[in-house]
Amino acid sequence: MTLDAKIPQGPLAEKWSKHKFNLKLVNPANKRKYNIIVVGTGLAGASAAATLAELGYNVTAFCFQDSPRRAHSIAAQGGINAAKNYQNDGDSVYRLFYDTIKGGDYRAREANVHRLAEVSVNIIDQCVAQGVPFAREYGGLLDNRSFGGAQVSRTFYARGQTGQQLLLGAYSALNRQIHHGKVKMYTRTEMLDVVVVDGQAKGIVTRNLKTGEIETHAGHAVLLCTGGYSNVFYLSTNAIGSNVTAAWRAHKRGAFFANPCYTQIHPTCIPVTGDHQSKLTLMSESLRNDGRVWAPKTVEIAQQLRSGKLKASDIKEDDRDYFLERKYPAFGNLVPRDVASRNAKEMADEGRGVGTSGFAVFLDFADAIKRLGQETVAAKYGNLFDMYAQITAEDPYSQPMRIYPAVHYTMGGLWVDYNLSTNVPGLYALGECNFSDHGANRLGASALMQGLSDGYFVIPYTLGDYLATIGPKPVDVNHPAFEQTKQDTLAYVNKLLALKGNKSVVEYHRELGHIMWEYCGMARTEEGLTKAKGLIQELKADFWKNAIVTGENEEINAALERAGRVADFIELGELMVTDALMRKESCGGHFRLESQTEEGEALRDDENFAFAAAWEFKGENQPEELHKEELVFENVKLTQRSYK
Amino acid sequence: MSEFKQTFNSSLGKKLIMALTGLFLCTFLIVHLSGNLALFKHDNGQAFNAYANFMTHFPPIRVVSYLLYLSILVHTIYAIVLTVKNRKARPVGYASATKSPTSWSSKNMGLLGSILFLFIVIHMKDFWFKYHQDDFTGKSTHVIPFKEYKTDLVTGEQLSARDLPPGDYHYAVFTEGSVETMVAKDLNQTVEIAFKQWWYVAFYVIALGALSFHLLHGFQSAFHTVGWVHRKYKPIIYFIGTWLFAVIIPLGFAAMPVVYFFCR
Amino acid sequence: MNLTLKVWRQKNAQTSGKFVTYKAESISEDMSFLEMLDVVNESLTKKGEEPIYFDHDCREGICGMCSLYINGRPHGPKRAITTCQLHMRSFKDGETITIEPWRAAAFPVLKDLAVDRSAFDRIQQAGGYVSINTGGVPDANEIAIPKVIADEAFNSATCIGCGACVAACKNASAMLFVSAKVSQLGMLPQGQPERWSRVQSMVAQMDEEGFGNCTNTGACEAECPKEISLTNIGRMNNDFFNAKLFKEEGVHDHAQ
Repeated sequence: MTLDAKIPQGPLAEKWSKHKFNLKLVNPANKRKYNIIVVGTGLAGASAAATLAELGYNVTAFCFQDSPRRAHSIAAQGGINAAKNYQNDGDSVYRLFYDTIKGGDYRAREANVHRLAEVSVNIIDQCVAQGVPFAREYGGLLDNRSFGGAQVSRTFYARGQTGQQLLLGAYSALNRQIHHGKVKMYTRTEMLDVVVVDGQAKGIVTRNLKTGEIETHAGHAVLLCTGGYSNVFYLSTNAIGSNVTAAWRAHKRGAFFANPCYTQIHPTCIPVTGDHQSKLTLMSESLRNDGRVWAPKTVEIAQQLRSGKLKASDIKEDDRDYFLERKYPAFGNLVPRDVASRNAKEMADEGRGVGTSGFAVFLDFADAIKRLGQETVAAKYGNLFDMYAQITAEDPYSQPMRIYPAVHYTMGGLWVDYNLSTNVPGLYALGECNFSDHGANRLGASALMQGLSDGYFVIPYTLGDYLATIGPKPVDVNHPAFEQTKQDTLAYVNKLLALKGNKSVVEYHRELGHIMWEYCGMARTEEGLTKAKGLIQELKADFWKNAIVTGENEEINAALERAGRVADFIELGELMVTDALMRKESCGGHFRLESQTEEGEALRDDENFAFAAAWEFKGENQPEELHKEELVFENVKLTQRSYK
Repeated sequence: MSEFKQTFNSSLGKKLIMALTGLFLCTFLIVHLSGNLALFKHDNGQAFNAYANFMTHFPPIRVVSYLLYLSILVHTIYAIVLTVKNRKARPVGYASATKSPTSWSSKNMGLLGSILFLFIVIHMKDFWFKYHQDDFTGKSTHVIPFKEYKTDLVTGEQLSARDLPPGDYHYAVFTEGSVETMVAKDLNQTVEIAFKQWWYVAFYVIALGALSFHLLHGFQSAFHTVGWVHRKYKPIIYFIGTWLFAVIIPLGFAAMPVVYFFCR
Repeated sequence: MNLTLKVWRQKNAQTSGKFVTYKAESISEDMSFLEMLDVVNESLTKKGEEPIYFDHDCREGICGMCSLYINGRPHGPKRAITTCQLHMRSFKDGETITIEPWRAAAFPVLKDLAVDRSAFDRIQQAGGYVSINTGGVPDANEIAIPKVIADEAFNSATCIGCGACVAACKNASAMLFVSAKVSQLGMLPQGQPERWSRVQSMVAQMDEEGFGNCTNTGACEAECPKEISLTNIGRMNNDFFNAKLFKEEGVHDHAQ
């Protein structure tokens, strides 16, 4: 099977306009005859559901939370990029495109990324019109800041709660359509399978999380907007409920999963305090603008710090190693996320980590406070300092913060073509759920941009083309595939409920997380990955033997929900390791120790690995099959990143 | 349902009625207190009795007074209606008592209001009803006796104050030369008798304490309900609510029974 | 630290519930409150007993999913945080902690400590939006908004919809929640065309859901994890009476 990305012909800047013209349209009178299923109500899902309903389609939307407003997009802090060039500082659609391609370490599709940059400007207009209260200047116009080391100020923000405000905007648009009866919303409902009829996605199977009822829903198309899979690491900045189940079950029904090993690790998170920890809290990377990262020079000092004999402020200047400033004099503390993260891990591995666990380095504001005064520092970062003090019970004004990297975002996801369609016709993937726009590494403030771009401005066009092709004939719900898929799901649920061993599913999840973090985290090796693969397979076998799932199906059953999600994470974990093993190069968030420059930077192998790896499920416990989508770069020159 | 009905049946509409009647009662308190200050005059109740007659016989004030009685009733009835609805909004209560930091008065408006309602009933029965009793019964014997005052109009000096024997009197003011004679119901005497009983005085003081706390929250809350909450005026409303309505007015009223009990 | 928990257990909405006492042993003070419950649940699971069900998701204080009425206060004893941000160092060793679900007729208990807050969604659906379609909107900088207004609208917009205001209110009133959205859109120029119909629609839906009335007690404001101010309620009242008494728009204009 060859993968056709369906990238339109013509010059880069004209591809999307031309493509929009060439797409078939659905007659307005026919739109109401189509039913579209949207799974997930984050930025991508809510915006898609609202926009499609506005166009006249009937939409059925699903979320596992108790309200669509709680999707994890809500937690995004920093901002959203858009090539508005309001600051007159040299930004343009092309520059945003270029930065995104380069930031993704040349592993994304040019055409997709350019389209993303093009529609970024419309997103801001749309959100402002909805009443999203972006930060403003005294003149009443929108404020921008530079973010993630970008050289232009193109990030729009709403204090540290941009994701929340954008999601509430999309939620309000969704609410309007629910009110008009164009969207039927199912909350506390989890998708467990896709119904594929004659090779086309025609519906889904869901479990009502309140009653346990397994139901089928039919639609002319199914849109998966179900987010990323960072929780495969157990500890991540994702919400506890964030999961890969919808995407994974779609994968098992034929949709290819692309670049699963591309994960992003954020350098400034609050460190783990113990095994009880359930999630990690991110602190905006803007902190690195004024904070200095350091670790003690010797293992001995580090040990004394860990045991509490010494405090950070006791350490003399000569005994401190400002390792980022030392190694990267040009960028210093502002090196990209992956570089900063890897270096922190190196410190911990050398035994120079701090905090009781040893898995932390310092982020010190003493100099900034001396230079700017505590008041200025508080004005800039006060809310982050408060949050830190709240969680750690330490005062970051007097003692340096302790930080450590944490998994934050996954660039990989379901493979989609230019139209956001997976290789299963009728099955689409939007937002973090797909693999398309960020290559091997995502730039700060680009996740919100992509989610909304897909939902508001891409899918409404591209979906119409598919719908016009298949016609408005109602989906045949009596097709045996519906009943069969439902029975499969029921059997699966019962199989989980039959697990009455002695180990909780949370323990399995935690173990999986340890394996993934250790061997498929910030630095990966052939040896480690091979070992991890074996460990995961053992874990999987053990799970299906010794896990314990309490309760019944016909009730609210958190243990059952978690069990299904963990089972899928285990399988995904294995695929991630497989993908990481296959990709014998370093790029973006994927760092293979075997492939680095003399300076210790990620070394790409463009000759052999300039492709997107799309994996095909071949059956339970069968090796997945790799399909390659070659990446063609016609507009940018591939270069080696350097931050020296 | 008509639009007006809809408005006043909504949760906010009911609160608006509470707020407006409450504020109207507040304005009455100012008038009532300033008039009753006459009780502090050492004139054998002349000014007070004149004032009492004026308040009960001047037609525009009579209209307002009926509005007042209506306000008290509406305020009370709506308080009950709202309380019932609020109880229904939480059919199962919490096992642990709330520790949310809120003012005591705001949480006990119902209790304070009930004390005040009881007070108003007793207060009106003992003074207002006695004063009006003969109007209702049409009998010529008066529950409250009449008193005659003679005043020198030139010096303003009170020449005499005389209790009239039982008989059929009407309020009257007439002038002979420079001497003005006024015949009026001696409500002042009723007051004096009432305020010589310690338990009655104690009840008044408690009730006025309740009034203080009721208004401490109620006055500013009414503005909030109506929607006048601009940050520029809020401090002024709080100031008036606290000092005038929760301190000066209750203290002024409470001073009357206390002064009568100890000093007259 | 070791703690005694008195937890409300209720199988589902149809059955009645009761308090059950659990021991929470060797709890680290670095744990969040929910992580402490995770530990209790792990041990219950291993004993084959049903774990305590509670709503939670992001665990960083923004999704609004977590709830819990802890020792007489929604989201526990500390100000301006959610339960997931509450740490065990806020409690003393040996303490007894009573944990209850939100109590309100409009928030029926689903199971144990979780309640159904869909009433909030229905109120938002009644009018908590600006009726514009995707596309065809003016350039973002065409509407200049004074910074002070934008900031104040943002303050109202930070509501996470957790329901602590309802839980804290002695009348189980939802006015802080409703007024936050009414205020946000009522202050911004984008919200003006529907300002008068929106407030009527949302209040009507709020009443229909069976929430109580506002007594301006301020418990909601004191317990709101996002510190949404009581002033919002005043603004909503003002808009509501203005709309009802002086404006053309009616409650139903909004729906069409």
